[in-house]
Amino acid sequence: MFFLDFKPFEINDLFVLIQFHYKMKTQNVGFDEHKVLHHLTHYLPAQNPLKDFVHHNTLHAFQHKEFHEALAKANTIFGYKTYLSLVEFRSRFAKNEIKENVLDYIISKNKGIENIESWKHKLLHQSYDESVQSRIGNLRANWKKEYAINLEKSTHSLLFRVLCSYLDQGIAMWTFPENENGFLNSIIALEKNAATGIFTSKRVKELLFNKASITQLLEIVVGKEELYEHYLFDQQFSHPGWSGMIATIESNPSSLLDSKPITFEELVQFELLLEIDVLDKKFNSNWSPLGLKVRAEEYHLFDAIKYNELFDVLSLWQQAFEFSFYDEVLSGVKEVNEITIAEKPSFQGMFCMDDRECSFRRHIEHIDKQAVTFGTAAFFNFEFYFQPVGGKFHTKLCPAPVTPKYLIKEEHRKKKQAKDLHYHKQSHSLLFGCIISQTLGFSSAFKLFLNIFKPSMSPATTASFKHLHKKSKLVIENNNNEKVDDLQVGFTIEEMANRIEGLLKSIGLVQNFAPIVYVVGHGATSVNNTHYAGYDCGACCGRPSSVNAKVASYAANHPSVRDILKERGINIPAETQFLPALHDTTRDEIAFYDEDILNDVNKKLHHENAITFEIALANNAKERSRRFDTIDSTETIEKIHENVKKRAFSLFEPRPELNHATNAMCVVGRRSLSKQLFLDRRSFLNSYDYQIDASGDYLAVILGQVAPVAGGINLEYYFSRVDNQKLGAGSKLPHNVMGLIGVANGIDGDLRPGLPSQMIEVHDPIRLLAVVEHYPEVVKKAISKNPATYEWYKNEWLRLAVVHPETKQIFVFEQEEFIEYHPIQKASLIENELALAEKTKENLPVGILTNA
Amino acid sequence: MEHILQYFLLVPFLGFVVSIFLPEKNEKLISGIAFGTVFIQFLGLVLFIGFWIFNGSEDLNLKEITLLKTDHYEFFIDFYFDKIGAVYLFVGALLTSMITTYSRYYLHREKGYKRFFNTVLFFFFGYNLAILAGNFETLFIGWEIIGISSFLLIAFYRERYLPVKNAFKVFSIYRIGDVGLLLTMWASHHLFHENITFMKLNNYELVNEHLQSHSFIGVFIALCLACAAAAKSAQIPFSSWLPRAMEGPTPSSAIFYGSLSVHLGVFLMLRTYPFWEHQTTMRIAIGLMGFTTSIAASLMARVQSSVKSQVAYSSISQIGIIFIEIALGFETLALIHFAGNAFLRTYQLLVSPSVVSYLIRDQFYNFQPKSKKANLFFPKRIENSLYILALKEFNLEGFLNLVLWKPLKTIGKLLDFLDIKRVYSFFIPLFVLGFLAYKFKVDLPQQLISVLPEVFAFIGLVFVFKSFSERKSPFLAWILIVLNHFWIALAIVFNDKVSVSEIAFYLAGIILAGGIGYIALLQLKKIEMRILISQYLGHVYEHPKFAFFFLLATLGITGFPITSTFIGEDLIFSHIGSNQVILAFFVASSFVVSGIAGIRIYARLFLGPHVKTYHELPYKSS
Repeated sequence: MFFLDFKPFEINDLFVLIQFHYKMKTQNVGFDEHKVLHHLTHYLPAQNPLKDFVHHNTLHAFQHKEFHEALAKANTIFGYKTYLSLVEFRSRFAKNEIKENVLDYIISKNKGIENIESWKHKLLHQSYDESVQSRIGNLRANWKKEYAINLEKSTHSLLFRVLCSYLDQGIAMWTFPENENGFLNSIIALEKNAATGIFTSKRVKELLFNKASITQLLEIVVGKEELYEHYLFDQQFSHPGWSGMIATIESNPSSLLDSKPITFEELVQFELLLEIDVLDKKFNSNWSPLGLKVRAEEYHLFDAIKYNELFDVLSLWQQAFEFSFYDEVLSGVKEVNEITIAEKPSFQGMFCMDDRECSFRRHIEHIDKQAVTFGTAAFFNFEFYFQPVGGKFHTKLCPAPVTPKYLIKEEHRKKKQAKDLHYHKQSHSLLFGCIISQTLGFSSAFKLFLNIFKPSMSPATTASFKHLHKKSKLVIENNNNEKVDDLQVGFTIEEMANRIEGLLKSIGLVQNFAPIVYVVGHGATSVNNTHYAGYDCGACCGRPSSVNAKVASYAANHPSVRDILKERGINIPAETQFLPALHDTTRDEIAFYDEDILNDVNKKLHHENAITFEIALANNAKERSRRFDTIDSTETIEKIHENVKKRAFSLFEPRPELNHATNAMCVVGRRSLSKQLFLDRRSFLNSYDYQIDASGDYLAVILGQVAPVAGGINLEYYFSRVDNQKLGAGSKLPHNVMGLIGVANGIDGDLRPGLPSQMIEVHDPIRLLAVVEHYPEVVKKAISKNPATYEWYKNEWLRLAVVHPETKQIFVFEQEEFIEYHPIQKASLIENELALAEKTKENLPVGILTNA
Repeated sequence: MEHILQYFLLVPFLGFVVSIFLPEKNEKLISGIAFGTVFIQFLGLVLFIGFWIFNGSEDLNLKEITLLKTDHYEFFIDFYFDKIGAVYLFVGALLTSMITTYSRYYLHREKGYKRFFNTVLFFFFGYNLAILAGNFETLFIGWEIIGISSFLLIAFYRERYLPVKNAFKVFSIYRIGDVGLLLTMWASHHLFHENITFMKLNNYELVNEHLQSHSFIGVFIALCLACAAAAKSAQIPFSSWLPRAMEGPTPSSAIFYGSLSVHLGVFLMLRTYPFWEHQTTMRIAIGLMGFTTSIAASLMARVQSSVKSQVAYSSISQIGIIFIEIALGFETLALIHFAGNAFLRTYQLLVSPSVVSYLIRDQFYNFQPKSKKANLFFPKRIENSLYILALKEFNLEGFLNLVLWKPLKTIGKLLDFLDIKRVYSFFIPLFVLGFLAYKFKVDLPQQLISVLPEVFAFIGLVFVFKSFSERKSPFLAWILIVLNHFWIALAIVFNDKVSVSEIAFYLAGIILAGGIGYIALLQLKKIEMRILISQYLGHVYEHPKFAFFFLLATLGITGFPITSTFIGEDLIFSHIGSNQVILAFFVASSFVVSGIAGIRIYARLFLGPHVKTYHELPYKSS
């Protein structure tokens, strides 16, 4: 049996946190640089450089606290908006998106039935002061008050420019001239070996050359030890984007291809030096530390927060908002009549659990009633690095926390790389630029014209199908224990069998194999999109999952692997063949790989199935099109599909697709549970059969993945939506690419982590509801196996509901107990979802499909 | 045929006016009108230019309308069309029509969709006006419109700190360039004794005849022109504004700062080339400026690690070369270079988000680790020093700060004792005293009379300096700007031949706009209680309409061409004698600084992060 282990990285952090709080309480004044830095990085945004987009809980530092408590705390300390505003909640109530009976239920549950009226009045009519007074930044604000100096204005732009130039991955023509083993060493080398310098103050240069420690520097700048920590928090949170990026690169240096060693400590040192430099310049070294001007006892960042009724009101609204949706889903789950899944399926398909595959699978099953689909994390249980032909690096193709030991190489083939002179660096040089602007310049006008009126594929397009060429051959099976850089090239038979067994058992596909089992990865296509990696498969570190599909199919087709599987009770008939494919979620197209391995009978079957896929894709495009303003959903299906495809190539289209927007739930269970439900593309679907996993071992793995992967996506959308300015990236329209690692506004701005407004504007910020089919006691055992992810469930960062497989009772996990839940409303019935798609751009009611 | 020219202004103007009255929600209609306007303009231009070339492509001049005429002075709008105009109009209309189509989808659902297209059309109108202008006055109107619409476009994301700060910075540099244009207008009045048209500038004999006797004025004018052009085209030492203008949505940055706006300095040089063609020293100076800029900017472009600033600096370096080409007299080459550079940079900015995927793929397949080989040709010490200099943008920001803003603030701070009461109790009597001096000037000694205008103009100038550096009361800042104009009027009346009606013409607009603005401030104070301009307040969040009207009032008191004051300013200048260079400089400077101070009040009150924190607020560093 093979399971992937997710590193419980949160445990360590938690430990430090606990220590830290202990320290705060005892008022131990000693300043421990490393502890404080560690504590600080924990709170910083943990977004990777652009090429590896990995969704995560934006407020991961607060995850050890109960959800609502954490939100109140994050608001008070850091000034984040953590809920929708009261006005928004109230208008949603007026539009009946928040249902009155659900609201009553929530109030009576939390505040007692006798208090419904008084609380309802508060929720609906009382006015509250919603302004945010954060604690962060208060101490450092004294520079302006006491010294009339705007330190940020004088240090930030130079700080960002130096950092960006040092870390640059290939924009600048003239790269950072010194590269001496670390950031500070490079700065020292630069400073020592130049007629001018970054710093002007003599004292600062000396401090730099002596590598003064943070404590030493803080003594000069702040002077009072008990304020050091607060000062560093203030300083780093005045530009959380860059600070977070440096901390992330420090902990994961391989996220930069052109590696640039840097530590968070060096950043803080450098910034403190810059501050001293500015102060020295302005006051001629004649200034006293900030700490002497303020009363230290007024500044406590992490003190307990006072009760604020507003947060009580907001948390009630939030729950009512969530349960208005949850209740619809759960009543559907409860009322739906289970139908039996075909005994002799025409074909089977494994898809990603991704919410974007939810509707695609539904359409396939509509068209071919005998088809059976499964959902799983689309790395298909094969974790490895991938090296395409001519590639100088390895690409990780598995969930981000996993560190693979395997390498899959592409066999040699001729490969041409499309070029575009417009991106050529020399166009920015003086002489070549002069020639280019007088020649190529005129063709750019023409190119622009073409792209506006007839968008097409260009060398700059990120296309999912480019990831793996149809004709490429991979080295999948390990030969003679071959190794490259400590990585084993390919998998052994045994290793493949373990992974296939794990895959099939976890999704419950152990018998009734169809002649063809499609293994469908997914990816996206876009252009002019800095966040392109966020559009691809999350289980493959933000890349298309075609290589994984190909590897998994190869393994499952391997006769020796099948022999081993047979011994372990999975008997795959000889005529069954696994076929890899890739679904492009932006353009709604599918590509099949290795079609020539099919036997003659299957070739014919495949031909028929391909037609099913085609129709399903067009239907899917139509269902998606209702959210797109530029497409008229009442046109013919071919026309709509054509328009959907075009979006992916258009330079001027900031929303090639809507990605995970509106995601709200996750089903972990047999398809019979969800097949007849219309979930409006809002659900992750992970197949799982409780009957073959009585102990819940596979379930533990699945739920251990659902929390960080689906939950991470969900919470990143949540927080980017409720505070798009501080926790999201704001509008993407003014974004400027910094050193190929991040985006900023303009040229002097801080990096903007989080999601741009174009990705989240249609998203309803509610926590993920995981619906699991199993016995409550088994589920309880399964989630408590992994303490790192148990935190998610315990503190309700995602909500968990369990459907009892026999009685169909529903239990909701609350305060570490499963409590039976009786749906409040009746499930709605939906006749034809495609007709519905023409009517509205808003969320559709979730309910039971009568045409399934 | 020249009568057709006016329609090329009418179309954008109508489009702009119509677009103001469109409903905010109707995106299709707004972008449709915008695209329609620009596209009609484009088609008309293509036909017109074709026809014009067919007819022998003779230069066209159209004296449109006389707005004010006194016995010694005439203010008229004039249009002119030649090869240079044809190229600029064509490139402008082509790029703008593509960008409006592009933005139609790109800006979908963006807050401020309508505002964007309004401003683009306003810019487009100003652009066409500046290009079609047949004299300096008309050009100046277009110039001003471009300045203010640039400010609005850069500050498009007005709820954030950096866009507002940078928009204000760019606007200030533009205004500094305007000093050059104002002084040019003043000096050319004295040189030619008329409101000279560009058509006449082409007349070698005429220009030469006047220059023979006044070669100093000739140099002076050429310098002023070069200064105006350098500011607008981001030449050294003004270069650092251009990358900082890249704060709006990418398409607007692409078209305005990548191409059209930044090439206007080039246009000014081309347009006035016949005037300074025979001043060899000026040609050398302008060529040198272009040369320095192209070298420095290309060094800066090489170290940029963000895409937009890289494009901005490489564009500047090309413009530097274009300046050299003009100085050498290669007009056609300069025009080709302009068009190519404009297209190329627009496109590069538009596709700038794509560089991530393109270059990362490039890096993945073609990465070469940096070799550590020492370069004998280029010693490390020099390389490092140059790198740091280029990274710090040759300290241009610091330099401008030192020579422009710091003196301004220092002088302004000298008046920190001023509050509104003191202004009324001290300066109004002083003003009355000045007025009495004027009434009884026959009784005063001649020496005193001759310095009084400068003294009064200086008081006015110091007033606007104080207004510019005022950190508390918007009322005081506002009053000081208004009073500045009165001091200028007082300074001017000492000259002969100034009639009451001319002064009235000048001050009428000020009084009207000043009054409206003051009432608006009172109103705002009533609603918001505390309105101190020590920081950005962002009140546009709650009062967008209010902000719009206050902006109009601000434009009014700063002499924007919406009131009679604009013509009044020109009129005032015509009364400054050619021997009163200092007075002319004071007056021009106070016009310019009052513009900056006025916009500063507007920006501080209405733009930037909102003081109320009940909604999402961005970090100050974003």
